[in-house]
Amino acid sequence: MRVALKTDNDLHLNRRSFLRVSAAAAGGLLVSLYLDLPAAAQEGNQAPPPKVYPPDAFVHVRPDGKIVIQVNRLEFGQGVHTSLPMILADEMDADWSQVIAELAPAADVYKDPVFGFQVVGGSGSIAHSFQQYRELGARTRAMLVAAAAEQWKVGPDQCRTEASVVHGPGGKSAKYAELAEDAAKQPVPARVQLKDPSQFRLVGKRVRRLDSRPKCDGSLKFGLDLDLSGMKTAVVAHPPVFGGRVKSLDDKAARSVEGVREVFEIPLVKGTGVAVVADKFWNAKQARDRLKIEWDLSSVEHADSGQLSAKYKELARTPGNVAVNRGDQNAMDAIAAANRMVVEYEFPYLAHVPMEPLNTTIRFDGDRAEAWAGSQFQTFDQMAIAEVLGLKAEQVTFHTEMAGGGFGRRAVADSHVQREAAMIAKRLRGTPVKLVWTREDDVQGGYYRPMHVHRVEIGIGQDGMPAAWRHVIVGQSIIMSTPFAAMLVKNGVDESAVEGTADTHYNIPNFHVSAHHPTVNVPVLWWRSVGHTHNAFVMETLIDELATRAKADPIVYRRKLLKADAGKLHRALDLMDEKSAPWRTKLPKGHALGISCHQSFGTGVACAVDVSVEDKRPKIHRVTIALDPGIAVNPLTIESQFQAGVAFGVTQLMAKGAITLKDGRVEQRNFDGFTPPYIIDAPVAVDVHIVPNSEAPSGCGEPPVPVISPAVVNALAKLTGKRYRSLPLTAV
Amino acid sequence: METYKLTVNGQPREVTVDPGTPLLWVLREELKMTGTKYGCGIAACGACTVHLGGVATRSCVVPVSLVGKRPILTIEAMAEDPVGRAVQDAWVSHDVVQCGYCQSGQIMSAVALLKSTPKPTDVNIEESMGGNLCRCGTYVRIREAIKAASQQLK
Amino acid sequence: MRASSLMLRGMSVILVASGAWSALTLAGAARQDASQKSKAGASTRAGGLAAWQQVYSVLTHPRCINCHTATNYPQQGDDRHRHFANVVRGPAGKGVPALQCVTCHQEANADSTGVPGAHNWYLAPLSMKWQDLNEKILSSAEVCRAITDRSKNNNLDGAGLLKHHEEEPLVLWAFQPSRRIDGGMRTLPPLTHEQFVEVTRQWVAAGTPCPQNP
Repeated sequence: MRVALKTDNDLHLNRRSFLRVSAAAAGGLLVSLYLDLPAAAQEGNQAPPPKVYPPDAFVHVRPDGKIVIQVNRLEFGQGVHTSLPMILADEMDADWSQVIAELAPAADVYKDPVFGFQVVGGSGSIAHSFQQYRELGARTRAMLVAAAAEQWKVGPDQCRTEASVVHGPGGKSAKYAELAEDAAKQPVPARVQLKDPSQFRLVGKRVRRLDSRPKCDGSLKFGLDLDLSGMKTAVVAHPPVFGGRVKSLDDKAARSVEGVREVFEIPLVKGTGVAVVADKFWNAKQARDRLKIEWDLSSVEHADSGQLSAKYKELARTPGNVAVNRGDQNAMDAIAAANRMVVEYEFPYLAHVPMEPLNTTIRFDGDRAEAWAGSQFQTFDQMAIAEVLGLKAEQVTFHTEMAGGGFGRRAVADSHVQREAAMIAKRLRGTPVKLVWTREDDVQGGYYRPMHVHRVEIGIGQDGMPAAWRHVIVGQSIIMSTPFAAMLVKNGVDESAVEGTADTHYNIPNFHVSAHHPTVNVPVLWWRSVGHTHNAFVMETLIDELATRAKADPIVYRRKLLKADAGKLHRALDLMDEKSAPWRTKLPKGHALGISCHQSFGTGVACAVDVSVEDKRPKIHRVTIALDPGIAVNPLTIESQFQAGVAFGVTQLMAKGAITLKDGRVEQRNFDGFTPPYIIDAPVAVDVHIVPNSEAPSGCGEPPVPVISPAVVNALAKLTGKRYRSLPLTAV
Repeated sequence: METYKLTVNGQPREVTVDPGTPLLWVLREELKMTGTKYGCGIAACGACTVHLGGVATRSCVVPVSLVGKRPILTIEAMAEDPVGRAVQDAWVSHDVVQCGYCQSGQIMSAVALLKSTPKPTDVNIEESMGGNLCRCGTYVRIREAIKAASQQLK
Repeated sequence: MRASSLMLRGMSVILVASGAWSALTLAGAARQDASQKSKAGASTRAGGLAAWQQVYSVLTHPRCINCHTATNYPQQGDDRHRHFANVVRGPAGKGVPALQCVTCHQEANADSTGVPGAHNWYLAPLSMKWQDLNEKILSSAEVCRAITDRSKNNNLDGAGLLKHHEEEPLVLWAFQPSRRIDGGMRTLPPLTHEQFVEVTRQWVAAGTPCPQNP
C-alpha cells in the first residue's frame, strides 16, 4: 500500500518556528530565525521540501551483515540509542538482531531537524526525528531494492524486503550485506514510500534496549571512563561565589603532590579559577585541596536565599511583564471576598546532579582538536571549543560519549565545562586532558533550576469553578542570556518560566499571567521539564483545592474544567480513571488518594497516587499513570521513562531537595546536603498506561516529572489537613 | 608511595600509589578497570560498590592502605559468578537500566543481598538497596529484577 | 571542662582512699543506692555521683551517643542528624546485606577520605540506647540506670564497665575520631580518654551510684 509522504507540517509541534544557528566570523554566535508562517501555506505556497538526509551518514550495512545506525542524539538514559534505530530499522526491514547503534559525533547532518542544531532536549528526540528516521530507513531500503532490481533486471515493485533480505520474483534473494556496495551507488531517492503503521514490526512494540548488557557488566565506557594514551587529568578550583576572581595563589603545597604537572590560573565564563593538571584524578584532587587561594569576591553579587525569598515575595505583589491577558481584568473585583483566595508558593534552586559527574576530554594539536563529551549540545559545545582554541568548528572533531544522566545539565548555552577543558588543553598542546568536575564542584557549581515565587489570586464562581485568575511568577530567566532569547522571550517574559500556567489547558476565564525575571548572580538552567516543574505544582494543587472546596471529585472537576479540545489530557484522564478505579476506592486506613494531570512537551499525562505517611515522610505505595504521547514508538522505553520519571520528580519533595545560598556561597556540598530520592523515597509500584493514538509522536522524557509532586501533595493534604505551598517538603 | 599486592577478581595485581588513594581510583586509574564508578566520593551513592573480603564495600572511601589481604571482586567479575550472572540476566530481561551509570553499584549491592538473603522480602530489598542512588529513578524495575533473579536462583 | 576534671583529680585521691574498701566489696553495678549509702557513706556517694556526671558528659557527646540510638539508624555529626544513605541498624546492629557498617567503616580511620573507622564498627544494642525515639538525649539518671543494669549491659559489673571504657576499640575511637569528609576535624568529647577512664574508676569505686532524679 502506498502512503503519501508526510511533511514536517504534519508533525505535532508546539512552536512552528525553525531556528538556524551559525557562527559569526568574529567568533560570536548568530542566531537566525526562520518562521514558518501559516499564511504562506494558505496562499498555496509549497512548504519547503523536507531536507533529504543522506542515508550514508546514518546507516552502514557492513559486509558481515551488521547494520550500524548513527543516533543523532546523546543517549543519557532516555533510550534513543534503541528507539531511533528501531524506527530506521523498521522502515528499512533490517534484521533487528544485527543492528548496532552508535552515537553520532557533532556534524551538520546530525542536527535536530526542527531546532537546527544538534541537541537532546525539549523531549524532542522522537518527536523531531521520527519522520526523519523513517525516511532514512525507507530511503536505504529503496536503494537496496534498486540495487537488487538492477541486478535481477526486474522492477523494484516486484521485490519485497524482510529481515535484511531482498526477495525478488522466481525465488531470487540477496542479503543486504551483499547488496550494500551497489546500493550505495544508487541515487538517493527524494521521495520515499513509508510503511503503513499496520506494517510496523518494531515501532509500537516493546523492544528491549540495545545497551543493557554492557551497562550491566562494566564494559560500557562513559565519558568519565575515557583513557587515552598520554592523557592527563585536570580539576579546576572554582570561586566560592559565582564570578569571583583569584586574587593570590600559593601553589607550593599543591605542586609538591606526586604526579602534578601544571597549576595555573584560567579565565572562567565568569571570573577566574585555578586549574590543576596531574597524571591521575586522585593526585589532581589532592593537589587542588592543597591550593591556598585568596579570592576577590568584592565585585560580584553575593546571592542569598533568604534575601531573594523576601525580594521575590515583594515583587510577586506587583504585576510583571504580561504573558497572558485574557478576558475581563475587572472580573476579579466583582467577586466577593469570601469567594476569593490568595496564595503564595515558593520553590528553591534545584541541582540536576546526574550520576556521572561532568567531564570533557580534549586534545589540541594546533591546527585541529579532538573532543569527547557526553553532551546534550554538541553544536554549541563544538563551537565553544573551537572559539577557545582559535579554530573553526569543523576543525574540532567532537565525539558524543554515552552519558550517565543529564536532565538538562549537559545542555548549556555557554558551554562552560567545555570552555574550561579547552583552556587547559590549549595550555597542554598535544596532550589529551580530561577535565573532571567532582560531585562537590557539581553541587556547588551553579546552573540550577531557578528559585521561584508564585502569587495567585483566584476568584471562584458560583459553580465552584474559577471565574477569575491572576497569577504572578517571579524567577530568573533561563533563556534571556542565551541565543534562544529571540525565540523564547516575548514581551519580557521567558516562556520557559510560565509554561504550564500560561498555556494551561484549563478553561479559565479572565486569566492574567505575568512574570518578573530578576537578575541574580546564580547561573540557572533548564531542569527536566523546566517551567512545568513549578507551574504544574501550583496549578494542580490549586485545582485540587478548588475541587475540594466545591465538594467535587478531583477527576470529575478536572474533566469539567479542561477545555473540550484538550484531547490528550481528556484521554489520559479517562484512562487513568479506568485503570485506577479498582484500587483507588479501596485504600487502606492511613492511605489517601492524590490526583493530578498536566500536559507538557505535547503529551497529556494524568496520574493517581496512593500515599501514606511513614517515618514522617510521604510513602508512595502506588502510582497509576496514563499518557497520550501520540504514536508510542517503543512502549517499553516509555513505560521505563514514566516509572522512573516519577521517581525523578520526587526530587522536588525530598526534605533535602534544595540548593540554598548564604552570602553568595552554596550551602550544600554533596549528596549529604542535597539528597535526591533513594529507593525508599520513590514510588513502590508504578503502572503505566498508554492511550492508543496514531498521531505524530510527542515527548516522553519530561512529561512524567511535573505530575508526581502535586499528586503526592494532594494526597498528603487529605491525610494531614495541611496545604503545602513551599518546596521542598522539609516537614510533612 | 607504597607498593600494594592486591587480589582483584582472582588475579594478583601490584600497584604503587600513595597509601591514601581510595581503592576506587586504584581500580579505575592504576588497573584501568572502569566498571566501578565515581558518583560522589563520600559513600553516599553506592556507584563505587565492590566486594571486599566478601563484603559489599564502597571503594571510594577505603584507602588502599586499609585493604590488606582481602580479595576484591568488581562488576567485571559478576558474569562469572552464578548469582552475579542471574542478576545481570534479570537486569537485561527486565530492561532495568537507563543511563546505566549507577548500575554497576546497584548490581554489586543486589548480588551481596541475594548471597546473604536468597529470598529477600520487599523490606529486605528496600533496606539493602536503600543506599544506592539512581538519578534516572529505575527503582521500580530494580525491585522487580531482584525478585526475578531470586526466583531464577531457586 | 579540663579545669573541673583537674579539680576532680584532687578530690579523687581522697575519695579513693576512703572509698576503695567499699568499692572492692561491691557485688556489682547494682542500682541499690541505699545500700551503697549505708555502706560507703555520703561523701563517697557524692563523689561518685560527681564522677558519674563526668562520665555522662562523655557518653552523651556526639562521638559516643551517635551510635547509642533508640531508632533503627545511627546518627552522625555534631548536630546528630540521621546518618546519610539510609543505613539501618539491622538485626545485630551491624547493618544489612549490601549496607553493613563495614561497607564503609574499616578497621581504622580513613584519613584521606574522612570516614571514621575502628575494629568491629557497629551500633550499640537497643538495650544501650541513650536517647529516646525522638532523638532526645536521656537524662543522667536514665542513662546511669541503663548502663548499670546487668540484664541490659551484657552482664558487666563495675570492673567490666571500667574495662569496657579502657579497652573497647569503639570507645577509644571517640577520642581519636579523625577528620570529617569536608576536611574539618571531628570535635572531641569533653574529657581525654585517660580522664574518662579515671572518672569511670572513681564512679565504679563509689559503687556506680546513680542520681535519683531523672
